[in-house]
Amino acid sequence: MSDMLTAAFVTVFIATVLSQAMPLMLAAVGETIGEQAGVLNLGIEGVMLIGAYSAFVATLVSGSFWVGVLAGIVGGIVGNLAMLVLNVWLGLNQIVIGLAVTLIGEGITSVLYLQNYTKSPASLGAAPKLAIPGLSDIPVIGPSLFGQTGIFWIAVIVALGLAFAMARTNWGLSTRSAGQKPSSLDAAGGSVMRTRSIAVLLSGALVGFGGAYLSLITTATFSPMLTNGLGFIAIVITMLSRGRILVVMITSLVYGLAVAIGPALQVIGFTVPADIIKMLPFIIVILMLIVFARSSVVPPALGTPYTRGAR
Amino acid sequence: MNTETSAARRFAEGFIRAVVPVLLALIVSAFVMMAIGASPLEFFAGVWKYGITGNNWQRSLVLMAPLVIVAVGLIVAFRGQLWNLGYNGQYLLGAVVASGLGPILFDVMPAFLATIVVFIVAVLAGAVWSLIPAILKARYGTNEIITSLVMSFIAVGVVNLLIKGIFKDPGVTTPQTAVIPDDELLPYIPGTQIHIGFVIAIVLAVVAQFVLSRTSFGLRVDIFGASPKAARHVGLNSTWMVILLFALSSGLIAFAGSIDILGQFTYQRADWDPRYGDAVMPLVFLARFRPVAAIPFVAFYAVLATGGTLAAQQAGLNVDFLLVIVGLILLFMTITEYIGDRRRLGQSYVPAGLRRTVLKPFLGSSVASSSAGTSGTENRSASERTPV
Repeated sequence: MSDMLTAAFVTVFIATVLSQAMPLMLAAVGETIGEQAGVLNLGIEGVMLIGAYSAFVATLVSGSFWVGVLAGIVGGIVGNLAMLVLNVWLGLNQIVIGLAVTLIGEGITSVLYLQNYTKSPASLGAAPKLAIPGLSDIPVIGPSLFGQTGIFWIAVIVALGLAFAMARTNWGLSTRSAGQKPSSLDAAGGSVMRTRSIAVLLSGALVGFGGAYLSLITTATFSPMLTNGLGFIAIVITMLSRGRILVVMITSLVYGLAVAIGPALQVIGFTVPADIIKMLPFIIVILMLIVFARSSVVPPALGTPYTRGAR
Repeated sequence: MNTETSAARRFAEGFIRAVVPVLLALIVSAFVMMAIGASPLEFFAGVWKYGITGNNWQRSLVLMAPLVIVAVGLIVAFRGQLWNLGYNGQYLLGAVVASGLGPILFDVMPAFLATIVVFIVAVLAGAVWSLIPAILKARYGTNEIITSLVMSFIAVGVVNLLIKGIFKDPGVTTPQTAVIPDDELLPYIPGTQIHIGFVIAIVLAVVAQFVLSRTSFGLRVDIFGASPKAARHVGLNSTWMVILLFALSSGLIAFAGSIDILGQFTYQRADWDPRYGDAVMPLVFLARFRPVAAIPFVAFYAVLATGGTLAAQQAGLNVDFLLVIVGLILLFMTITEYIGDRRRLGQSYVPAGLRRTVLKPFLGSSVASSSAGTSGTENRSASERTPV
């Protein structure tokens, strides 16, 4: 067994962990921003699928992965428009709208895919790698971490930038106050509507990016119901991370580990049924919920539409 | 609120507000169909043809059996403002008990007895499965939407493992359970091809309606749903209530799964998931959590789904398009509610509890302030009891 733990094996393992964790991380960072602003988006499963599908189509048509990522982001923003208009502006129930967005996202992407691509299922191939000179020559870490795609680095930089912005900037402060106590933000001269609108759109962009990452890089193709519950895991991770984006990033890596461990065990010689591998992340999530349930904290104004003047 | 309105007027308003979202959803879905190059006329004509004409109405009624029971199961939880969204897993658990355990039991005991045992085990399996979300909710206030959903994904895995493992029919290469022979299935209603599960479902809905609106237990559920805090003050055990309602809801949905296998499908394949709950959930809201009122909506959807499967293929669509229609119903439901709120047309579909469900139910001090969000959101069931 020890001779299986070669450098090549570890390299593949780390790369798998990262590629599995990234879509979840992006979606969970997006959800975190929405939740901090007081908007619980249960529709991110659907929004992710819309992002994944539009990224897939755009990359197939244009041949460029960057165009695909952009399309995924645009798709995510469009998917979140329902949330923006119906919830933030009109103050309708977030949970019902969220579930509606999930169902519509699942249905429409599945129908479109089966209509257009069943006859010739298309695979995208590998996205171009961005080998960082010098660092990528380090054994094991080099090829797995520093030989990632450029999209990977953009995602990491965006997440870290948002972690900083949420904690240290005026924008982050007003976003968080929109979820903590919207009336104070209003009293202080900020606009709850505008803050929440920006947060929802940004959240949609990130979730769409996560979907794009999933279809472009993690699986390199699209299939109906590709996300398979990833959006809901993102919501759990967001709740457990108490809105801290750095914690979100670390927890996502734990999820990536849970997914990558199955194939790795198979390489070592344990045959694990595919269904157990599929269940594993969910089991870990439920265990995390049981152990850390006490510490899952959500912003006080989460889920409540803001009406000026209402108590 | 409007205290002077007659019962007839309230009924009419409720009817309009329940039917308008469905109509709007159908109209918009027609536009979506046109946008993706399918013919809506062909689709709706197909729904009529394959869902109602000839003997097809009987297939629609057969589909209604599990749907109505799922609806009752959802209503039991939703009345208590517990959002059990683990229905897919619970349904499959009940189904796998019937399709896996059923053939084994039918060998050793009379069909009637075996059927009863299957039903009991299925209900218990569903109830036990719901314990984790229920306890997490009752003890720590963990959002049950998330926990029940996650448990649902685990249940799907467990069911697949069972079908590929101990319940696999060795005579077939594809992973599926043994086919249950005709004489061991649920009997038909004489003169039709509709199994008695349909009758059971309707009876269940009527009984649930009675229990929820005419007994002290129903009143307790409503008090608990209206305010867990108030319920605790009047001496209701919140922890027990959460666990009981979750177990009832989940057990009923599992029962629907077992009835569906014994009545209609006769065996179960791996990765099979009809996702009935997704379709039923909006209908339950439209029926304002009243089991009997849910029956016509379920009938409507059953026709849409029975006819839609074939009609979708003919119109060049995929069955998943039904999900889009259901999602649109949900969207238009909230929009209708918004307009209704504006015009003071009556009560909301969506009770205030859904707004505060993301907050800690028993610990939070913010519960009271958050429920004062918008006006006109009183629970319908509460107002049923107030003298007019």
